[in-house]
Amino acid sequence: MELQAVLMAAGGGSRMTDLTYNTPKAMLPVGNKPLMWYPLNLLERVGFEEVIVITTKEVQKMMSTDPKMKLDVKMKLDVVCIQEDGDMGTADALRHIQQKIKTDILVVSCDLITDVALHEVVDLFRAHNATLAMLMSKAHEFTETVPGQKGKKKTGEQRDFVGVDQSGKRLLFMANEADLEDGLSIRKSIMRKHPRMHIKTGLVDAHLYCLKKAVVDFLADNKSISSIRGELLPYLVRKQFSKTINSQKVKDDTEDQNQIKNDGSTNHELLISSRDEPLLKLAQERSCWNDHRGDMSEAYHGGKLRCYVHIMDEGLCYRVNTLAAYIEANRLAPKLFEEPAVHPSAVISERCQMGSDSIIGALCQVADKTSIKRSTIGNSTTVKEKVKVTNSIIMHGVTIEEGCNIQGSVICSNAVIGRGADLKYCLVGNGQRIEQEAERTNEVIVGTDQLMEI
Amino acid sequence: MSAEPSVASSSTPATQHKKTTRGGTRHFTEGGPVKKDGIQQAKTEGKELTKEEKQRLRKEKKQQKKSKEKKDEKASQESEKEKKPVSSASPASQPPTQPITPKAPSAVPTLVPVPASETPAPADKPAKSKAEMKAERRARQEAERASKQGKKGEVGQQAAPGKPKAPPSELQPVVKRLPEHVQVDNPEVLKKLAKKLERQQIPLRSDYGYKVSLFSHLHQYSRKAPLTQQLSIPSTVIHPAIVRLGLQYSQGIVAGSNARSVALLHAFKQVIRDYTTPPNEELSRDLPNQFNFLNQCRPLSASMGNAIKYIKKEISNIPSQCKEEEAKSKLLNCIDRYIDEKINLAAKAIAKSSIEKISDGDVILVYGCSSLVNHILCEAFEKNRKFRVIVVDSRPRLEGREALRRLVQRGISCTYVLISAVSYILPEVSKVFLGAHALLANGYVMSRVGTSQIALVAKAFNVPVLVCCETYKFCERVQTDSFVSNELDDPDDLIVTRKGKTQLEHWQEVPSLGLLNLVYDVTPPDFVDLVITDLGMIPCTSVPVVLRVKNVDQ
Repeated sequence: MELQAVLMAAGGGSRMTDLTYNTPKAMLPVGNKPLMWYPLNLLERVGFEEVIVITTKEVQKMMSTDPKMKLDVKMKLDVVCIQEDGDMGTADALRHIQQKIKTDILVVSCDLITDVALHEVVDLFRAHNATLAMLMSKAHEFTETVPGQKGKKKTGEQRDFVGVDQSGKRLLFMANEADLEDGLSIRKSIMRKHPRMHIKTGLVDAHLYCLKKAVVDFLADNKSISSIRGELLPYLVRKQFSKTINSQKVKDDTEDQNQIKNDGSTNHELLISSRDEPLLKLAQERSCWNDHRGDMSEAYHGGKLRCYVHIMDEGLCYRVNTLAAYIEANRLAPKLFEEPAVHPSAVISERCQMGSDSIIGALCQVADKTSIKRSTIGNSTTVKEKVKVTNSIIMHGVTIEEGCNIQGSVICSNAVIGRGADLKYCLVGNGQRIEQEAERTNEVIVGTDQLMEI
Repeated sequence: MSAEPSVASSSTPATQHKKTTRGGTRHFTEGGPVKKDGIQQAKTEGKELTKEEKQRLRKEKKQQKKSKEKKDEKASQESEKEKKPVSSASPASQPPTQPITPKAPSAVPTLVPVPASETPAPADKPAKSKAEMKAERRARQEAERASKQGKKGEVGQQAAPGKPKAPPSELQPVVKRLPEHVQVDNPEVLKKLAKKLERQQIPLRSDYGYKVSLFSHLHQYSRKAPLTQQLSIPSTVIHPAIVRLGLQYSQGIVAGSNARSVALLHAFKQVIRDYTTPPNEELSRDLPNQFNFLNQCRPLSASMGNAIKYIKKEISNIPSQCKEEEAKSKLLNCIDRYIDEKINLAAKAIAKSSIEKISDGDVILVYGCSSLVNHILCEAFEKNRKFRVIVVDSRPRLEGREALRRLVQRGISCTYVLISAVSYILPEVSKVFLGAHALLANGYVMSRVGTSQIALVAKAFNVPVLVCCETYKFCERVQTDSFVSNELDDPDDLIVTRKGKTQLEHWQEVPSLGLLNLVYDVTPPDFVDLVITDLGMIPCTSVPVVLRVKNVDQ
C-alpha cells in the first residue's frame, strides 16, 4: 500500500465556540452536509478506500446517525476515539494510532474544504522522495459581515511566514509571527544553499500533509511534540539544513551528544533511510539532473530530509475554523457539487420566492409569501408565512414563526425565532428562543451556560 | 526495445519456416538448375556457404514454394495456412507500403516483398499435388536421418543436411512487427494500445500539441500532464515504487541511460520483495503491466530493455518447486549481480582501457553529460594524467552544466562552449570522447541529439572520436536515420523567457508553427574510430559479433 489516510476530526473549534457549543466542529452543517464529509469526499474521489478517522465519541455517535455520512461515504472508516477533554494535540493523536500505521500517511483535517488536484501534492512527495509534502493556498479576504464582530477584524490573527525556493516547491522556512519576537533570522547555511528565497505571508495552511512513516516512528519516540502544525512542521523544516551525521557513518559519541543538546526538544534523530540505499545513491549519481544550479553540490545538496509545498493559485481552499470562514464556506461549498438546490423531500409552497443560490434541506416546510435569498436552510426546519431570510445560515430543526426578518445571521440548531422578530447580523446559539417582536442587530445570543465565568 | 516483441512473434513463423526450408532443400538437392552446381559442390565438400549464397538459397526455396503453391492454390487449405504465418509476420495492421522500416539484416527483405510479389512464378517444377510432395519430402528426410545416424565423422552428404539446418536457426530471418511507439499516426494501432491498456487498468497518456509532420508517428507528451493525474492516489494496480519511478522518469529527475537502468532494477527489487504469489498467477505475468506503465511515462531505453529481458529470463529460470522466499532472494541476488557486473565493473574496465588512450597534454572534448565519460575522466585525473576538458553543451536540456560541475569539482580544468561553437574550438582538440545511449546492430551509435554533429565535425578536422559504451547497451535493432525511432520531448521546453518576454508563449495558436524537441540521434560508424567496451576496444562494425557472442552465452 502506498498511502494511508488519517482524518483528524477531534478538534474542538476553539475559534468559534458559539457555533460548536452543542455541535462538534466535525459535524457542523455546511451546505447541509456535515463538515467532515468534505475531506472524506475528496479522499474518496481521488481513490482512497480506507480512512482512519480520529475523533471523539460524540462525533462517532453523530456520524452513525447522520444519513449523509451513512449513504454517501463508501470508504471504510476506521474510527478511533480519543478523550475529548484530554489535551491531545494532532501529533499526540498520531502517536496514539502508531500501531495502525504501516506506510506513509496523508493527514487531513476535518475542516478542510477544497477542490485541489491531490495528485499535485502527492507527486511532489513521490518524485522527490520527500519527508513532508503539504498544501497551501493563497488566502482570500472574507467579505461577508460576521455576526457579533465589533470593530476591525484580524487583530488577533497572526501571520505565518513561509519561505520557498525559486521553483516555489521546496519549503525552506516556516515560522509563526508569535515565534519571531526578535525578528526573522535565517541561517547562513540556508542562504548558501538557496541564495534566492521567496518569503510569503498571505498563505493559508490547508493542514493536508503527506508524511513519511519514519516521521510517525520518530513521533513515537519523542513525546514532547504534541502538535503537527505548531511543532512538528517547523522542526522538520529546520532539520533539512542541520548538520546531520550520516546514519551510515560511524558516529562519534560526544559529537552526537552535543548536537542533540543543541537541538533541544528531541532525544532521537530522525532516521530517513531506505532499503537498497546504495542502489538509490548510484542511480542519483549517474543521473544527470540537479535541482539547483550555481554551486558545486550535488542534487538536493546531499540532504536526505526534504520538505515540499504545493501552493494553489486558483481554486477553492478553505479551513473552516472561524465564524467568518464558516459563513464563507457555506456560501461557496455548494458550488463544488452539482446537487439540486432544493431537497426533494422539502415541502415548499408555491408562493415562496426562492433565489437560485439558496439551499433547502430535507423535510423542510416553507410556507407562503416567504422570501429566501442567498441562504442555507437546514433539515427539518419550519419556516412560516411572510418570513424574509436573506444571506443567512439556518441549521437543522429551527422554527421560524411568521413575519420574521432575518438578515446576515447564523441560527443554530433547534432554535426558535418568535413571531415578527427582526435579526440583523446575529448569531443565535443552540436551542435558543428569540421572543416575539425582538429586534437584535450584531449580537451573539447564547444561553447563560455558554457564557464564561470570570 | 523492439527486439522484445519480435522474439515472441518470430517463434511461430520460424518453426513453420524451418519445415519448409528443410523440404525445399530436399527438393533442391534432387536436381536443380546448373548454375547452382557451385553451391552444391561447396556443400558436398563441406565448406561453409557464404552469406550471399545462403541468401540466394533461401530466395530459391521461397520462389519454388511460391510457384508450387500458386499451382495448388485451390487444392489444399494447408498452403494457405503455411503462407499465412510467413506473410503475416508483417501483420495486417501494417500497410505494405511502409517506406522506412527497421529490419534485421539478410533475410527479411525476402519475406516482406512476398505479399507484394505474388506474381513472379519461376515455373520449373512439375505440378505435383501438395500432399504428395510433402509425403515425398518426409520420406526423404527420414532416409537422410537414418543415414546420418550411422555416419558420424563423415563430412559429405551428411554435412549438407546438417549445414542448412544450422544456418537457418542462426541467421533465421527475424521477422519483426513494428513496435507501437513508432506507429502513433495509425489509428488502428492506437485503438489496440488503448484497449490493451484498459485491460491492464493503466491510463492512456494523450499526446500534446502540434507535431512536426516528419515525426508525427512518434508520441509527444507534456510534462505538465503527468500520468498520475488519472491514477488513483494510493496506487493499487501499479506498485508504488513503479509509480514513483515513472514520475521520476517523466519529470527528468532520473535521466541518463545508466541511471534509468539502475533505478529500474532498484524499483524491481522492491516489487519482488513485496510480491506475494497469488495462487494462479506468476510474477512474469504481472510485470508487463508495470512495464507498460513505465513506457507510457517515458519510452523505455535500449539498456532498460536488456535489463528487463534479463529479469524475465531469470524469473523463468527459477524451478517451479522452489519456495517463494528462496526464489525471491535468488532473484534479488541476480539483480545485484547484474548491476555489479554490467554497470560497476564494466565502468571500471572501460576506465582502465580508456586511460591508456589519454596521454599527458591532451585536450578532450565531451558532449553533454554522460555518466560513463565523466567517470573515465575522473579516474584518469586520479591517475595523474594531465589533460584539460572542453564541455560542449546544447539546448534545451543543457546537461553539460551538470557535467561541468562534476568535473570542476574534482579539479579538472574545463572549458564550456555551446554546440554552435564546436567548429571554432575543434582545432584545439586532440580527442573526442562520447557516451552512447545504445549501440545498434549495424554499428550506428544512438546517443543524445547533437552527438552526430560533433562526430561529423570531428571527422572533418581529423580528430579521433572514441565512443564509450557498456555491452549491456548493445541493441539488436538496426537504424540508419534518426527519424524512424526516436523520442519527442515536451515542446514547451524550448520556450525561454529573456528580459521578461516570452516570444513563443502562444506557439500553439500559430497554425503553421511546430516545435520539435528531439532527444536522440544516430551516428554512422564511419565517424566513430573506436568503441571502448568492457570487452575491450573494438571497431564499430564488430557490434554484431559481440551480440552474437552474447546470445550464444545465454
